[in-house]
Amino acid sequence: MKTKQGAALERKKFFADPAMVTTIILLSVLLALFILYPLMMLLMDSVHVQETNMYLLKDVLSGEAEIEYTGEGENRSVTVLDSKNNELTIALNDLTGAYGSLYVKNGRVIKDGDTINPEKAYVKVENDYWTGAAFPRIFKDYTFRNAFFNTLKLGFITSLGAVVVGLLFAYVDCYVQVKSRVIKKMFDVVSTLPVVSPPFVLSLSMILLFGRGGLITRTLLKIYDSDIYGLKGIATVQILTFFPVCYMMLKGLLKNIDPSMEEASRDMGASRWKVFTTVTLPLMLPGLGNAFLVTFIESVADFANPMMIGGSYDTLATTIYLRITGGSYDTTGAAAMAVVLLAITLVLFLIQKYYLEAKTAATLTGKASRARVPITDASVRVPLTILCSAISAFVIIMYIAIPFGALFKLWGRDYSLTFRWFQQLFRDDGFKAFKDSFILSLISAPITALLSMIISYLVVKKKFRGKGMIEFVSMLAMAVPGTVLGVGFIRGFARGVFRTGFLQGIYGSGIILVIVFVVRSLPVGTRSGISALRQIDKSIEESAYDLGAGSIKVFTSVTLPLIKDSFLSGLVTTFVRSITAISAIILLVTPRYLLITCRINEFAEKGENGVACAYATILIAIVYAAIVLMNLVIKFFGTSRNVSLKESD
Amino acid sequence: MSSKEKKGVRLDHISKIYLDPKTKKQFYAVNDVSLEIEAGSFVTLLGPSGCGKTTTLRMIAGFESPDAGEIYLGEQPINALMPNKRDTAMVFQSYALFPHYNVYDNVAYGLKLRNVPKAEMNKRIERILELVELTGMESRMTNQLSGGQQQRVALARAMVVEPSVLLFDEPLSNLDAKLRVSMRTEIRRIQQTLGITAVYVTHDQAEAMAISDKVIVMNKGVVAQMGTPREIYQHPVDEFVADFIGEVNFLEGKIVKLDGKDCVLNISGHDVKVPNPDQFAVGKNCKIVLRPEATILADTGALPCKIVLSCFMGAYQNYHVMVGDTLVKLADYCPVGRKIYEVGDTAYLSFREGCVHML
Repeated sequence: MKTKQGAALERKKFFADPAMVTTIILLSVLLALFILYPLMMLLMDSVHVQETNMYLLKDVLSGEAEIEYTGEGENRSVTVLDSKNNELTIALNDLTGAYGSLYVKNGRVIKDGDTINPEKAYVKVENDYWTGAAFPRIFKDYTFRNAFFNTLKLGFITSLGAVVVGLLFAYVDCYVQVKSRVIKKMFDVVSTLPVVSPPFVLSLSMILLFGRGGLITRTLLKIYDSDIYGLKGIATVQILTFFPVCYMMLKGLLKNIDPSMEEASRDMGASRWKVFTTVTLPLMLPGLGNAFLVTFIESVADFANPMMIGGSYDTLATTIYLRITGGSYDTTGAAAMAVVLLAITLVLFLIQKYYLEAKTAATLTGKASRARVPITDASVRVPLTILCSAISAFVIIMYIAIPFGALFKLWGRDYSLTFRWFQQLFRDDGFKAFKDSFILSLISAPITALLSMIISYLVVKKKFRGKGMIEFVSMLAMAVPGTVLGVGFIRGFARGVFRTGFLQGIYGSGIILVIVFVVRSLPVGTRSGISALRQIDKSIEESAYDLGAGSIKVFTSVTLPLIKDSFLSGLVTTFVRSITAISAIILLVTPRYLLITCRINEFAEKGENGVACAYATILIAIVYAAIVLMNLVIKFFGTSRNVSLKESD
Repeated sequence: MSSKEKKGVRLDHISKIYLDPKTKKQFYAVNDVSLEIEAGSFVTLLGPSGCGKTTTLRMIAGFESPDAGEIYLGEQPINALMPNKRDTAMVFQSYALFPHYNVYDNVAYGLKLRNVPKAEMNKRIERILELVELTGMESRMTNQLSGGQQQRVALARAMVVEPSVLLFDEPLSNLDAKLRVSMRTEIRRIQQTLGITAVYVTHDQAEAMAISDKVIVMNKGVVAQMGTPREIYQHPVDEFVADFIGEVNFLEGKIVKLDGKDCVLNISGHDVKVPNPDQFAVGKNCKIVLRPEATILADTGALPCKIVLSCFMGAYQNYHVMVGDTLVKLADYCPVGRKIYEVGDTAYLSFREGCVHML
């Protein structure tokens, strides 16, 4: 059967819409340039050596220096530059093994027929070749191997912990009758707090509470050599940071389980535990796997917590950061490490997105037919409630520790109140840090929100070639660890696009920071936009087209107003994510910009926890204010209340 | 109202191929359909779900592109035009009202896009809302309206732009049965008032009969029959059309002889006179398309039958009878004063004049 004419007509109609075509092209270029291109450069750098080495001629002649040269072809003469920079080839048969150009230090120029002083002449060898040798090399490198296994171990422990705690909370929320309103409220707070808080706040308070000078360890328990740094510290902090995400995912699944299935099992004589292990758990299995992998990716990509509380427990993210900032000469090795880290997250991401997500949707479809009768048995209710309350209380205490950390004179020694840390903060360019962070985040928020709405609109409502690519790339950013993205941006833009100098100007500027903010938040916004748009009956937009509106008009007059809520929350989410971001940013920020998160990291590293806490306190206040503001705006201008989306069939 | 020249729609050997998402095989959703819809007429595309009627309508609107053939609006070929450049307006099954606009803004949407001056726009909206009897509801949000009112807003929104062709995609299927009946009368009335060309998709044969100048019955992507409601009901071209339009029984028979306008058939061993059917050759096997109301039951006659169900339905007495091995469903309208047969009785079946169609 020939569908040529139909396809040709679709194409014709598509190209009759220049606004749409321009948008798609522009978007593709942006995504390619700022997501694919840096990763590609990274990949290239890991298999491509481009270096220049100098050898003193004397050393070469005496055999003291061994010239590393992997270029092809035998060239037994050396190129020397004359005064006009013309290349003169001098036969230099003594210089066995040396290829490349020879020049003289201190600007002394060799003239034709000159004798060369081997004490002052250098052989310059430019290497430019492709190799896969970097990968075996880094795997032989102890530091890297250690970091590699550390990362996987941490990811496994964290994901397991986060899934278990998340499942516990989700189960209590969906199945168990919690009588106390206060406890319920507490669960809500705890499950949202880590999502919106800056990534390293929990690490900071972990140190405050359990570190060597910790309130709990030192002051209460009188343990003077407590060592919270290392695996146990990172894992605890990561579990507490990531379990709310699991909780949210699993709660959605549990709500979709039809209670009749469990009632049927109970009815046939199964105990509650039996029901849980034979019905609920098997149904949740793909969902649990999904949550596990999502957490694993987050844990592996996490930079701030291992940095702050890792101590000597290095992970890939921190190792790469140290390699890059430590000025290592092994650029290929550093790139290869970043590629390994990227490969881990990417593989997990692909399994999660294309296998487990589909499987989850397949096992649990549709809505529960009835509300579930909550479990009231004291034997189930009491222990579970106590367990959840204890975890909640722990998280809340950790957050409370931060502002107090900023108010106490010297944590661990002198608990008298003081404003000196705040004062030091403002003496110490604190104001500029807040201004820079605030402005850059404020700029990136609307850009991201709009871009993600446009992408989700194209993905959900439009048919065109390359659509899958746009969706994949914008989601891909979710799987790219911030550190990897940061390295990619350095490699991709430090000397301009493809090292041509094009767009070099953005490197080191505020623009590249904004771009990184946008790229890092795009997947979140796009995902929420896609799910919002899927709710909207397609015929609403079709009717607008049918009445004569072009695609831009349809988007602005119909689509956007209908997903206003998603747009607004995307706005705030991006703002929050940007102002609390650190991993990619810390590699790209220049002294021109002071960012709050980088400052906190700096002060915490120096052990000046008071100032770090002062920064963190204000940051949390800003984030919280942004969220309250968003909820108010949605309440008054939101669409969800007076719009009935999707007609029920 | 419309000062524009009326336009018809012509489909010239239109096909549309889809990919079955499960079997990954291509199939014809619409297969070589040619239609001529006269300007100003009301035409219904009728058929079971999956017959290609909605696809055909969406190709006219421009949401789908035909894989073969050309669509003309008036004399103009419109295949390559985007939906927003076509002079059509569609009323959607789900109404597709803009939930963030009130009634006035919904109706005004198309006019604003056409840059109609404010004063004229107000006049036109006022007139169309009067026509659909929604005057005074301009500032209501759409979710404050009943289903029937929403339906009328959708109608007004489509009509106010004075399109050459109005397209309806099962617009009444979300309404309850009673409202459906009154709304279809309304749609027909408004279409007549404006004299607009209308193409209407439905799977409800009663709706199609009640509303259309012409009914096009579709099955599996092809046009099964095209004609006035009367032609379609009384002279279906095949079993599918006969079965799809109204209740029907099929009786196998063989033509024994022709007798002037009548003919004599042998049905399960009995010779029965069939008054005034279509002409067929002697000796031919044929199938009688027997509508429930086209029969008479009596104590005497040529074709005996056994009553297996007798049920009072109010307007008629419903019988199921066995003619030989065939179950026949009958309706005896206005049975008051006539004999009511009970289950187990034997009666004789005869046919009303001119009501029998043979295939």
